Amino acid sequence: MSTRIYVPGDSAALAVGADEVAVAIAAEAAQRGLDIALVRNGTRGLLWLETLVEVDTPEGRIGFGPVDAADVHALFESGFHLGASEHPLALGLVERIPYLARQQRLTFARAGVTDPLSLADYETHGGYRGLRNALLMAPSEIVAAVTSSGLRGRGGAAFPTGIKWNTVLKAPGLEKYIVCNADEGDSGTFADRIVMESDPFVLIEGMTIAGIAVGATRGYIYVRSEYPHAIAKLEAAIDTARSNGYLGRNLLSSGRSFELEVRKGAGAYICGEETALLESLEGKRGIVRAKPPLPALSGLFGKPTVINNVLSLATVPLILDKGAQYYQDYGMGRSRGTLPVQLAGNIKHGGLIELAFGVTLREILYDYGGGSASGRPIKAVQVGGPLGSYLPESQWDTPLDYEAFAALWAVLGHGGIVVHDERADMAKLARYAMEFCAVESCGKCTPCRIGSTRGVETIDKIRAGQPGQRVQQVVLLRDLCDTMLNGSLCAMGGMTPYPVLSALNHFPDDFGLADTSQHAA
Amino acid sequence: MNAPPASAPAAASVPAEAALAAAILARYTNRQDQLLPALHALQDGIGYIPPGEVATIAQHFNLSRAEVHGVLTFYHDFLDTPPARCVVKVCRAEACQSMGADQLLEHARQALGCGLHERSADGSFGLEPVYCLGQCASAPALTIGDAVYARVTPARFDALVAQAAKPLTEAA
Repeated sequence: MSTRIYVPGDSAALAVGADEVAVAIAAEAAQRGLDIALVRNGTRGLLWLETLVEVDTPEGRIGFGPVDAADVHALFESGFHLGASEHPLALGLVERIPYLARQQRLTFARAGVTDPLSLADYETHGGYRGLRNALLMAPSEIVAAVTSSGLRGRGGAAFPTGIKWNTVLKAPGLEKYIVCNADEGDSGTFADRIVMESDPFVLIEGMTIAGIAVGATRGYIYVRSEYPHAIAKLEAAIDTARSNGYLGRNLLSSGRSFELEVRKGAGAYICGEETALLESLEGKRGIVRAKPPLPALSGLFGKPTVINNVLSLATVPLILDKGAQYYQDYGMGRSRGTLPVQLAGNIKHGGLIELAFGVTLREILYDYGGGSASGRPIKAVQVGGPLGSYLPESQWDTPLDYEAFAALWAVLGHGGIVVHDERADMAKLARYAMEFCAVESCGKCTPCRIGSTRGVETIDKIRAGQPGQRVQQVVLLRDLCDTMLNGSLCAMGGMTPYPVLSALNHFPDDFGLADTSQHAA
Repeated sequence: MNAPPASAPAAASVPAEAALAAAILARYTNRQDQLLPALHALQDGIGYIPPGEVATIAQHFNLSRAEVHGVLTFYHDFLDTPPARCVVKVCRAEACQSMGADQLLEHARQALGCGLHERSADGSFGLEPVYCLGQCASAPALTIGDAVYARVTPARFDALVAQAAKPLTEAA
C-alpha cells in the first residue's frame, strides 16, 4: 500500500515554497522507487510551520515543518516516509501539537485535514449533514436555529446573524439574494482566505442553507482580487457541488434551487463595506450607500439581501448539523461560540487559533504566540484590523469578548491581531491609519474624504513640530477625529480615529508629548 | 444615445486592440453587473484597458463614457497603460510593517532602481504597493507577477527578482 504524504496547497504554504517541496518529494520518491500518494491538503493554520508536511501512519498523521525543498533528501534518508521521527524537523503527531490540540476547531474542523476539492473528503468529515437537516425544516425553523445559536456576524460588526436572516425571510418579494462578503482586506486577517482555500465546500453549504432559509435562489461570493488562489478553489468546488446535485435546480431532489457565482473585486478596500460591495456587484463604483434602507430589505439590485461574512456563513452548516445548543455552549456573555483568532505580525508562532470567546489577549500572545518574532518586548497590538484600536500591555488581560473590548474603546472585530515590538513608532502607525483612509476612502462623505488627508497633515505637524505647536495640533487632531467618528457615513471614516487616538492616548511619547491619557476619548 | 458629445476628445482606438476588445465584450450580456467581470477579462486579454476602447465598452453596456471612466478610475486594479512585463507588488499593511516591510520596500527601490508606481531603468520591472495579501502571519509578503511570496528577506527578494528576470532577458 502506498504511503500517503500531505503537502499543503494553500497560498500561505505556496508563498514559502510548498510547490517546490511537493515536486522534490515526488522526485525523490520516484528515484527511490517508492510508492507514495501525494495529497495537496489545505493548511492547518500553524503558519510558522509552513510548509508543514504530514505523513500518514497507523498511529495518525506525523508532521514535519517548516520544510524547505532542500530538506527533502535528508527527510527521506531519515525514513520519514516510513513514520520515523528522528529528523530535527519532526513534530510528532500533528493533532497533539499543543498549539492545535488546545484549540476548539468548530468552523475550521476540516482545514488542513482534507483535500479541499474532494467532495468525498468533505462528506466523510461531516460535510452536507447541515444542509440535509435544513431541507427537512421549515425556513423559520432554520432561522430560529441560527438565532438561538447566538452566532454574530464574524466580519467585525457582530450583528446577530439570525436576526438579519429573519428580516430577509419576512421581507416581501420573490427575488432575494445571498451575498458573501469575501473582501477580506484588513491587515492581520486570513481566516476567510483559509476557509475558501482549505474548505471551500463549507462556505458553499452555508450559503445554500441561507438561501433555503430566506427564500433566495441565487448567491454571489465577492472575493478580493488579491486572493486568486481562493477564487480558483471556490470556482472548482462550485462546479463539483453543481455536478453532484448540491447546487442548481432541484438540489438533492428537494424541489429547492440555489445557484452560486464568484465575483472578483478590483482592488478597492472600501468594497469590504457591505453597501459598497453591493454597488460593486452591480457594476458601479464602490460608493457607500446611506442606511436605511437596510440591505436586508433593499440590497442587491434593490432586492432583500442577506449579506454575511465568510466565517458567519461557514459556521452555519455546523449549527444545522449539531444543533444551536452545541454552538451556544461555547463562549462567554453575549459572545457565543468560537472566534477564529488570526495572530499575525511580529509574533513567533503566527497562525489561526479558533477558540471559544473568553480567552485573554495575553494568553494568545504568549501561550500560543510565544512572544514576538524578533525576541524584543511586545509594545502594542492592534485588534480588529486597520480600523481597530492599538492596545498597550495594561489591556492585555482583557478577555476576547465583543462587549469587553467595546468597554475599552476598542473593537474585537473579526479577531485579527497584529503584533508590534518595541521598535514600532506609534505616531508613524497613526499617520499610516490616516493615510490608508485617504487612499481608500470612497469619497462620498466629507469627514472621511477630507478628514483623512487633514489627519495626515496634522500628525506630520505633531511629529515635526516644536513642543508648543504640538499641543495645539493635538487639539486639532482630536477635534478632527471627533468629526470623523460622528460624521462619517460608514466605518472607514468613522473608525479610523480608533487606531489614531488609541496610539495617541497610550503612547504619547511617540508623538513627542507628555502623558495625555486623561483625555481618552 | 450614448454617443460622446462632439466636444469631448476621445482617445484613438488601436485596430488590433479594438478587435480583441470586441471579441471579449461579445461574451458578456449587456447588463451593468457584467461590467466588472468584462473589465477583468479585457485586462486579462489586452494587459490593460485601452482608453480608446472606453466608448466601445460604454456602448456595449448602454452606459455613458463617464460612468465607465468612473468605474475604471475608482478601482486600483484597472490600468490605462500597459503594465511592465513583470510587476512587483510589496505589501505595505500593518502586519508586514511590523516585520520590516518598509525596509523591504526600500531594498526593492534600490534593487530595481525605481520608486513606487515607477519602472526599472530597462522598463522590465514595475514597483507597486499592495495593501494586504492575507499572508500576515508570514510577513513581509509580496507578489511578483501572479506568484505570492512570504517571509521575504532582502536576500530572498534578490533571488526571486533574478529568477523572474531570466525569462524577460531571454525574450528580449
